[in-house]
Amino acid sequence: MKTLKSLFMMLFLFGALLVARSASAQDATPRPVTADDVNRIAKKLFCPVCENVPLDVCPTQACAQWRATIREKLAAGWSEPQILDYFVAQYGERVLAQPSTRGPTVLVWIIPPLALAAGAFVLWRFLRQMARPAPGTPAAAPTPPDPADEYAARLEQELQERR
Amino acid sequence: MIANLGFFALVLALACAAYATGMAVLSVPQRKPAWLASAHRAALLTWPLLTLASLCLIFLLVTDHYEIGYVSHVTSRAMPMYLKITAWWGGQAGSLLFWSWLMSTFAGAAMLRKWDRDYSLMPYVIAVTMITVGFFVGLVVLFENPFGRLWQIGGGEPFTAMLQPAGAAPFVAADGNGLNPLLRHPGMIIHPPMLYLGFVSFVIPYAFAMAALITRRTDDEWIRTTRRWTLVGWLFLSLGLILGGRWAYDVLGWGGYWGWDPVENAAFLPWLTATAFLHSVMIQEKRGMLKKWNLVLIILTYALVIFGTFLTRSGVLSSVHAFAQSAIGPAFFTFIGLTFIVSLTLLFREWDHLKSEHQMDSLLSRESAFLLNNLLFMGIAASVFWGTVFPMISELATGQKISVGPPFYNRVAGPQFAALVLLMGIGPLMAWRKASPKQLGRMLLIPSVAAILVVGALLILGIRSWGALLGFGIVTLATLTTLIEFGRGTRARMRSTGENAWAAFTTLVARNRRRYGGYIIHLAVVLMTIGIIGSNFFQKETQGRLKLGEQLTLGRYVMTYDGLDEFNTNDDRLVARATISVYRDGRLVGQLHPRRDYFVSSQQPMTIPGVRSTVEDDFYVLLVDWEPIAANGATFKVYLNPLVNWLWFGGLVFILGTLIAAWPDAERERRRAPIAVGVRV
Repeated sequence: MKTLKSLFMMLFLFGALLVARSASAQDATPRPVTADDVNRIAKKLFCPVCENVPLDVCPTQACAQWRATIREKLAAGWSEPQILDYFVAQYGERVLAQPSTRGPTVLVWIIPPLALAAGAFVLWRFLRQMARPAPGTPAAAPTPPDPADEYAARLEQELQERR
Repeated sequence: MIANLGFFALVLALACAAYATGMAVLSVPQRKPAWLASAHRAALLTWPLLTLASLCLIFLLVTDHYEIGYVSHVTSRAMPMYLKITAWWGGQAGSLLFWSWLMSTFAGAAMLRKWDRDYSLMPYVIAVTMITVGFFVGLVVLFENPFGRLWQIGGGEPFTAMLQPAGAAPFVAADGNGLNPLLRHPGMIIHPPMLYLGFVSFVIPYAFAMAALITRRTDDEWIRTTRRWTLVGWLFLSLGLILGGRWAYDVLGWGGYWGWDPVENAAFLPWLTATAFLHSVMIQEKRGMLKKWNLVLIILTYALVIFGTFLTRSGVLSSVHAFAQSAIGPAFFTFIGLTFIVSLTLLFREWDHLKSEHQMDSLLSRESAFLLNNLLFMGIAASVFWGTVFPMISELATGQKISVGPPFYNRVAGPQFAALVLLMGIGPLMAWRKASPKQLGRMLLIPSVAAILVVGALLILGIRSWGALLGFGIVTLATLTTLIEFGRGTRARMRSTGENAWAAFTTLVARNRRRYGGYIIHLAVVLMTIGIIGSNFFQKETQGRLKLGEQLTLGRYVMTYDGLDEFNTNDDRLVARATISVYRDGRLVGQLHPRRDYFVSSQQPMTIPGVRSTVEDDFYVLLVDWEPIAANGATFKVYLNPLVNWLWFGGLVFILGTLIAAWPDAERERRRAPIAVGVRV
């Protein structure tokens, strides 16, 4: 009982420490925004004009403008989700390289695994059905005693055939 | 004059294709072999006619006939001769003509084969290939005519038409717009023909499959007849995909080779179903099973070939509405729908006749490994297809466009690819009919232990990404099992014939090219997977603005900015070319020249990376931006792409393996007797 209590105490202290740390991290003066910080976010965006070119590598003027916007927002202390939300609010869902898992776009994520599962089910059914020997057919031949010799023989037989 | 001749040849080709289709189909109920012979000749005639049309277009392109809309659109005076010729497939109308010409070339080659054994298939092979040729030539004639002239009414915007509209005066452009600069790269010049070659060669097996269904000759003769066509088609498609990746890496300037762009996916989808097909036909050939499924796969491949052309040619990608406005979009859509429905109807009509000749003997067998392989290929194809069409569906359903970018594909298709490579390592060890678990376990023992050792070693080296660890483990297993397969075969031959190791190995491969060519392809896939894992999981990047002499560090590399030159070229480019020095572990390893070419007349920039390439990694530098006075600063984006060269090297091995598997074998062709089941390995 006592150990449990002290464990809780430790956990609490640890939690408090974490909160304090993150608070002090926010207070500290932000380090300058680097191009890499900008690109990390730009990678997750597509501009609506340049088809299928991620924002971090798009050479057009418009996209350079967007990157400048990201830089400004970062400098103003915005977080990554805030910046992504800002662009979505401005230009719509299409700016996100990775479709959202909320709303109707969740379908894009759900269908492929479902399709694979359905395919696996069909395959399983098929195999079961095929593997059930029809009445009257002899069972598969038992494995020969020395598989290595069998392999060599079969291979040779095939090569002979092809000669 | 030349333009009229070209257009006339096109119209004649269309008429020939229509005539051939009609006569071929009617010759059967009418029992008139002469009609079939006539259809055969008409089908063959499409090739010289389309060749003539193509030559006319090439002539117009190289002789600067800017009164022709297409010519002024894709060429300019500054372009060198070879680019003017390749502009044949550089734009919409020309590339459709090119497609038609290739299709008719392949159809012609198929027509000229010996028909003695399967004469009854001929009418329908003619019909299917000529419907396909006719459809594409029809698109060219009706909607995308490369021979249309430019006209102008009053001082208005010039437009293209074949005949002089009322009140319009001919318009001759002083110079053309020039080919899209991104397409002026050697990789891009060869890439579309390769893809198209792959596309059109799959039409031949499809035509034979349909002919087999219509004539109810549902044995596997159609598969044996078209085996080489399928492999050749697959070879070109693979080559096209690899070249496309290389082009993206060299020209597009985003540090990668595959962006899951819908255009890439369009070419990748038929490749996936075709690869599934190449594997599953082996079950039909050896065991007489899966006849329906193989037909489904070839129908899907054909549909995806047309779908791929549709995606890239109809404008549907930029917007569903652009597609609806374009003339060829709905035509394509109807064609895909119709061929798909007709094919499936034919398949269902024969459903009961397509019974398996054998039972599945065991769940643990080569057959079930192939089926699992098919499941995974179809799973990947479904994921890629869904990701590609979802934005269109979303736009139609909700009016809102969304993007489906690389993260989606990596997450959804990535694990399925990993499973596929794992299966590639295990499947070949499984015996046909029934594999013994004990024997399988014994053969997998060494590769599994090695895989675990490799993963352990990588962990000790500090690699913590579980995806990469899993990937490298699977790759090790697959490499070893494949090598062991080569070793087992070689040893077995040495024992039975007394040949030395090399002789035994070469005869082994030469005698069973398809199988061992296939294993070489498997090894190539392993190499490429290593490249993909390296460049996906361990890519590093950074970007920085450097003043002259300043440096940027990435991994073990340091680069310094030495200078930047700006100059005009005589082919309409404004080039900014930076010079940087690259140091690795403090030692100077070379100078690179990342460039930004600006094509003045088309106002298009092109970013050409400077790359230092080694087996271990690529140091890939892009020039992003620079100050008016360049010494004051230039911005570079730098990628470190580990192991990426394994991908290209693997690509070469892949092609080599396919060539070995597909190489004609005169001896075998002559005695293609069906082989009794159960004796082949």
